Amino acid sequence: MNTLAKILALVLVICVKLATPLYFHIGETERKCFIEEIPDETQVIGNYKVQLYDPRTGGFMPSSPGIGMHVEVKDPEDKTILSRVYSSEGRFTFTSHTPGEHVICLYSNSTKWFSGTQLRVHLDIQVGEHAIDYANIAQKEKLSELQLRVRQLLDQVEQITKEQNYQRYREERFRQTSESTNQRVLWWSLAQTCVLLVMGAWQMKHLKSFFEAKKLV
Amino acid sequence: MRWSARVSGAAFGAALLLGLLAALTEAVELTFELPDNAKECFFQEITKNTTSTLEFQVVTGGHYDVDVILEAPNKEVLYRKVKTQFDSHTFTATMDGVYSACFSNEFSTFSHKLVYMDFSVGDEPALPGIGEHTTVITQMESSAQEIHKSLNSVADYQTHHRLREAQGRKRAEDLNSRVLTWSICETVAVVICAIGQVLVLRNFFTERRPFTQFN
Repeated sequence: MNTLAKILALVLVICVKLATPLYFHIGETERKCFIEEIPDETQVIGNYKVQLYDPRTGGFMPSSPGIGMHVEVKDPEDKTILSRVYSSEGRFTFTSHTPGEHVICLYSNSTKWFSGTQLRVHLDIQVGEHAIDYANIAQKEKLSELQLRVRQLLDQVEQITKEQNYQRYREERFRQTSESTNQRVLWWSLAQTCVLLVMGAWQMKHLKSFFEAKKLV
Repeated sequence: MRWSARVSGAAFGAALLLGLLAALTEAVELTFELPDNAKECFFQEITKNTTSTLEFQVVTGGHYDVDVILEAPNKEVLYRKVKTQFDSHTFTATMDGVYSACFSNEFSTFSHKLVYMDFSVGDEPALPGIGEHTTVITQMESSAQEIHKSLNSVADYQTHHRLREAQGRKRAEDLNSRVLTWSICETVAVVICAIGQVLVLRNFFTERRPFTQFN
């Protein structure tokens, strides 16, 4: 009785968690991308649900098992780290190995060439310590409330440390870019002055020889 | 024995129910690209008397501004900003239904923008099991809760810092590539002008012979 209640409650929690998040509309052949700027070794979990537009009722069908969702994740170096077709409802997970901007793209696996019907996509992306399921951990490791709370604090602090480290790397990149711009401005000014002087000298020489040939000088 | 098992089962059930209710509160942060002349809307179902916050910031693009409209289920405009760079708006839902937050870049003809959005509904979900003893909270637990709140605000500040830094960094990278392009274009223009001047000048002093040949 106890285990049955537990299972039922867990199932309800999962169902409710998928039903409530934010949603938006996209065309059937449209591709929607989201950018997540994250440090390395960070887990990202995305929960999504796709509903197809029902022209009969003017609304969206509660569940559309026919359509699949293609999820593509690219890392900061533009390499694809996840490219899979999932069913109309589910979750995708990936862990970043390089710090930077990861692009998560979603599009349906529709075979149409131009825009078909509208799709309603429910999406929820959780990053880092928000991606950790504490109910699961409490149950598996049999932690008391205080232990669970301390565990949560430890995870949060770890994520903050990673983010600070990533910030140091970003600031270095910013500084390199600024120094490169500074160098470029300096060298290009000198180069352009040289080009101007060379062109001026060439013009004078060419015109002088031209006028001498014409016997005007 | 059976009575205690039933009580613990009921307590667990109550805790999970609380967890279930708490799971109804969500916070979603998304960074998306808004093409020029486009409008993107995000919808969220909110129950009555829930405090929600919509926060946005334009990271890159154009003059770093975007139009924002927040509408209630009865199409009443709760919040509207025109050409704003960043803002945060907290509101309490007066009715059940689907609230929409729309970002518009329709005033811009060629700059697509990168917008960060955070739409959080309700309070943060409590840790499972914490909801059980709401009457007696130990000193340790309340200190831990304080630390948790502080760490939440640290993470929040970090996000804002990251967005500001991304804005500055992207602007610097853009400037860097533009300096190179402009310099090359200018050098090419100077060379073409110099050669052009010489050719035109030569043309002035060249006699045109073709017509006289036929006479």
